Amino acid sequence: MADVSILCPTGHLGFTPLEPASFRAGCALKPDFIIADSGSCDIGPYPLGADGQASPVAWQRHDLEIMLLEARRLGVPMIIGSASDTGTDRGVRQFADIIRDIARENRLAPFRMATIFSELTREEVLGRMRAGAPVQGLDGRSDADEATILRTDRIVAVMSAEPIAAALKAGAEVVIAGRSSDCALFAAPLLNAGMSPATAYYAGKLMECASFCCEPFMGKESILGRISEDDIRVTAMHPGQRCTPASLASHAMYERRDPFREYVATGYVDMSAVRYEQWDEKTARATGARFVPSATPMLKLEGAGKVGERRLAIVGIRDPYTIENIDKAMDWARARLAERFGPPEAAGWTVHYHAYGRDGVMGALETHRPVRPHELGIVVETVCADARRAEEICALAARNLFYARLAEVKGTAGAAALMSDEILVGKPGYEWTLNHVLPVADPSELFRTEFTTVDARMKEAA
Amino acid sequence: MLRNMPTLRDLATTIRSKNAGVDHITFDLIFRERANFERVRDSGVLSRAKVAALYGIPEERVTDFVVFEPANAIKFTIRRARPSGSPGESDVFGAQQYAPLFAIEVP
Repeated sequence: MADVSILCPTGHLGFTPLEPASFRAGCALKPDFIIADSGSCDIGPYPLGADGQASPVAWQRHDLEIMLLEARRLGVPMIIGSASDTGTDRGVRQFADIIRDIARENRLAPFRMATIFSELTREEVLGRMRAGAPVQGLDGRSDADEATILRTDRIVAVMSAEPIAAALKAGAEVVIAGRSSDCALFAAPLLNAGMSPATAYYAGKLMECASFCCEPFMGKESILGRISEDDIRVTAMHPGQRCTPASLASHAMYERRDPFREYVATGYVDMSAVRYEQWDEKTARATGARFVPSATPMLKLEGAGKVGERRLAIVGIRDPYTIENIDKAMDWARARLAERFGPPEAAGWTVHYHAYGRDGVMGALETHRPVRPHELGIVVETVCADARRAEEICALAARNLFYARLAEVKGTAGAAALMSDEILVGKPGYEWTLNHVLPVADPSELFRTEFTTVDARMKEAA
Repeated sequence: MLRNMPTLRDLATTIRSKNAGVDHITFDLIFRERANFERVRDSGVLSRAKVAALYGIPEERVTDFVVFEPANAIKFTIRRARPSGSPGESDVFGAQQYAPLFAIEVP
């Protein structure tokens, strides 16, 4: 079996612009595929819940244009997953539109594009639950009930390699996929080439974050993988980077609870017996991954639901007596809020005081709170279903620190500095409501694939 | 100031924290020198119980504690109080939770 070579320029397309020089160096080696993921849960629940995006369109377009022009010049397939940060249907359509624009502007020869949609409606998920399919909690969460689904605004299923592999087999030269396992984008062409799931998914796992698996630390630089069965060689394309056994191994444990297992729909990659070795100056080699199939395919569901409207205020404190007694001041402020607006839980509002300078970064995980920080910066965060009420509560939560009644305060003109007497409008608060898996009969069954021919010479459809 | 013992900050090449999914934060301590890795591994200064005490959480919230030999690394994971990015959360990437590890002294 011949090697399959894959070029990956970025671990999150569009999040910051990719670096063109190392990408072009990789293209000079004539890769068989150009692949990048564009999504992450790290950006928080807001983009999925509100169906927005975390990356500027200009940067998404920048990355897509560089990749598409090279892929078409080389005549090789290009695969993009988790379109526009979240992989919702909006994201897939948006990326497909950008691809068509770039093709038109550059007068590209016609090519086949597949779009794979992964969004699910609440009704679809409820229907499956009522038909007896449990929506099982991951990471210690309990199983979802109907209430969980009903407070979820948007749901995506996470695809493994199957729908992407099928699109490639059907002749797609550009694949724009909805929410995908990062490693699945890479696994799809490798499975089509006849490699085992162990090699295919493990190669994807190593390559998904581009130059993060190399050293020294650099983002957005390209890497090239040359893969054959049980033989994965990853090469840094940036002149100042190398891929080493240490850099590959440390990446294998990045952003995950278990450095030995990578779960996909049909099972998991067992990495406990993987061996790493230096292959040449800039290349490290990994072998020895195994694949453990599961009895039933399980697809991960991600969902986010709106908690309420958010308002913010910024308050500073310099008086050492107030600082020493800040907990009392906050308790007093909260008590006054409850008097006016009702008990928070029952009345549907929350106030969070983020006390920067004491424990604003770590919150309850902070075990070394300084008793007398020089000054405190307090961000007042308020959430309530009604926007006007959120604004009112936030204003009082901030001003109550100004008027805090402490027994021995000397500064009787005001116990806090308001940065400005201003309430900032925050994005609505969302939370991750679904981090679950759903058993399915076929790992492709939740996904819809459409094919179009992108022909720059064709007139726009009337 | 006389210091008897080196700290994790002295011995580790990388000490980092990052989201592992939306419900967990994972911590990696990576050592370039095999000897430093073995010294910390065998010293007992890091364990589920020690980590739980360091962050003031019950031991059950330390969901994973792994010695990862291929990377000369020690890795542990804690469950968040709320999912990342929820209102009231302060570190959406979980990227600044490692600092308390620095000062741990290693015999």
